[in-house]
Amino acid sequence: MTRRRVAITGVGVVAACGTGVDAFWDGLNSSVEDGPERRVTDFDPKDWYENPKEARRADRSTQFAMAAAMQAIDQAGGIHGDPGRNGVIYATGVGGMATFEAEVEKYLEKGARRVSPFLIPMMMPNAAGAAISMNWGLQGPNETITTACAAGTHAIGNAARLIESGRCTTVVTGGCEAAMTPVGVSGFRNMTALSSSGISRPFDAERDGFVMTEGAGVLVLEDYETAEARGATILAELMGSASNADAHHITAPSPGGDGALNCMRIAIEDAGLSPEDIVHVNAHGTSTPLNDMAEAHAMSKLFGDPGPAVTSVKGVTGHGLGAAGAIEAVSLVLTIEKGLIPPTAGYATPDPEMPSIDVVSGTAREWTPGPSLSNNFGFGGHNGTIVVGPAS
Amino acid sequence: MSDTLDRFKKCAVEVLSVEADQVTPEASFADDLDADSLDLVELVMALEEEFDISVDEAELENVTHVKDAVALVESKQ
Repeated sequence: MTRRRVAITGVGVVAACGTGVDAFWDGLNSSVEDGPERRVTDFDPKDWYENPKEARRADRSTQFAMAAAMQAIDQAGGIHGDPGRNGVIYATGVGGMATFEAEVEKYLEKGARRVSPFLIPMMMPNAAGAAISMNWGLQGPNETITTACAAGTHAIGNAARLIESGRCTTVVTGGCEAAMTPVGVSGFRNMTALSSSGISRPFDAERDGFVMTEGAGVLVLEDYETAEARGATILAELMGSASNADAHHITAPSPGGDGALNCMRIAIEDAGLSPEDIVHVNAHGTSTPLNDMAEAHAMSKLFGDPGPAVTSVKGVTGHGLGAAGAIEAVSLVLTIEKGLIPPTAGYATPDPEMPSIDVVSGTAREWTPGPSLSNNFGFGGHNGTIVVGPAS
Repeated sequence: MSDTLDRFKKCAVEVLSVEADQVTPEASFADDLDADSLDLVELVMALEEEFDISVDEAELENVTHVKDAVALVESKQ
C-alpha cells in the first residue's frame, strides 16, 4: 500500500509571547524581557469553554490544549469525515501538576476526605487528549505521549503515521504543559537546568540554562488528498519524522550529539530526502550548555558548513517542555507561510568551542521555504525530529 | 430553611457552576443542574465544610433534588 501524504490544515497556539497565531508571530519577532520564567498571563479559560463547569474541571494544561485546539480546528474549517477515522495524538511532560499539588496541600491540611473527586481525571496526562476527543467527537485512536521535552514532536510524528498508514483521515495533535508550580519550578532549579541569569540565549557563548515556560500547540493533520478534495487550505506538508533514544544518560545528551544526529538523519530519509535538501532547522536550542553544544555538533556533522539556516524560538518563548515541540511546529508552519525565519533572540556571541552553524539572529531572515526540520530532545534521552515543507 | 438554602446555594453555585436562581428546592440535580455523581461528591464536600457536618455516602442514595439535600443538611445541624 502506498504511503499517504500528510497535510497540515490548521494550527493553534497558547504561549507566553502570544496566544493565537497572529499575536504569537508578532511575539516571535519582538524583543523579550529577561527573567527566570515566562508565564502565560493573558489567558482566561472562560473564553475557550462553552460550559464554565468544564473549564473548572480541567487543569490549566488541558485548558491551554483546548484553546489551541479550538483555534486550529477553526482554521481547518472543522473536523470532517468518519468519526471513527479521526483521532488525537497529544503530548504533555507531566500532565496536571498544578492540580496535583493543590490536592496534596488539601490532603495535608484537611485530610483525605477533602481530596477532590476530580483529582485523577484532571491530573492524568491523557486528560487533554480526552477533552479534545470528547469536544469534537473524535472516535479513532486517542493516545498521549509523555517523553518529556520531546513529547510534542513525538506526538506529531505518531499522528502523521496514522494518516500515512491510512488508519485515519484527520488527527488532532500537539502538546501542552503547565508545570510552573512551586514544586515544579523548584525541581528544575535544583537540577541546575534553569538559567541563573534569567536569559534564554540559545547557541550563545554565555548561555547558562533554559528559561521555563508553559502553553500549548495544536496542529490538525489530514490526509493530503482528502484535504485537497474538500478544498481545504493546506498550510504545509508533514513530510516525515523520526524518534530514537540516546540510551546514554537521564539528562545529558550523548557525546557529540550522536543521538540527535541519527534522529535527524532517519527523519530526512523517512521524508525521502537527503541532508542537502534541508534548508532550515527549527532547533531544540534550549540555551543549556550541553544541549546546544550537542545539537550544533549533530547539525554540523550532518550538514557540513555552512549548512541550513538555524533558529531557536526558545530565545523568545522559553522552554515549554512537553508543549515545546508543538509550539515550535506551529512556529515552523508560520515560518513557511510568511517566508521569514524568526531570529534566535538572545544570540549575540558565537561560542568558540562550538562548530560553525548558521544561526539566524537579530531580525527575521527572508527565505524561499523548503524542507525544514523541527527538533526536540527530552530528559531520558528521547529524540524527536519532524520534517515540514511547503504545500505543493 | 431560608438561611440553610442561601448557604446551600452559595456552595452549589461555586461547585456546579450554575446561577443562584437555578438552585430552587424543586430543582433536580441531574436534570436541572447538570450534576453527575462526581459533582455531587464535590458538592457534599463543600457542604460539609460550610455547615461543619459529616455526610456518609449511603445517606446520599435518595438525594435527587435540592430540597432532599437541604433537608439532609438541616437534619445534621
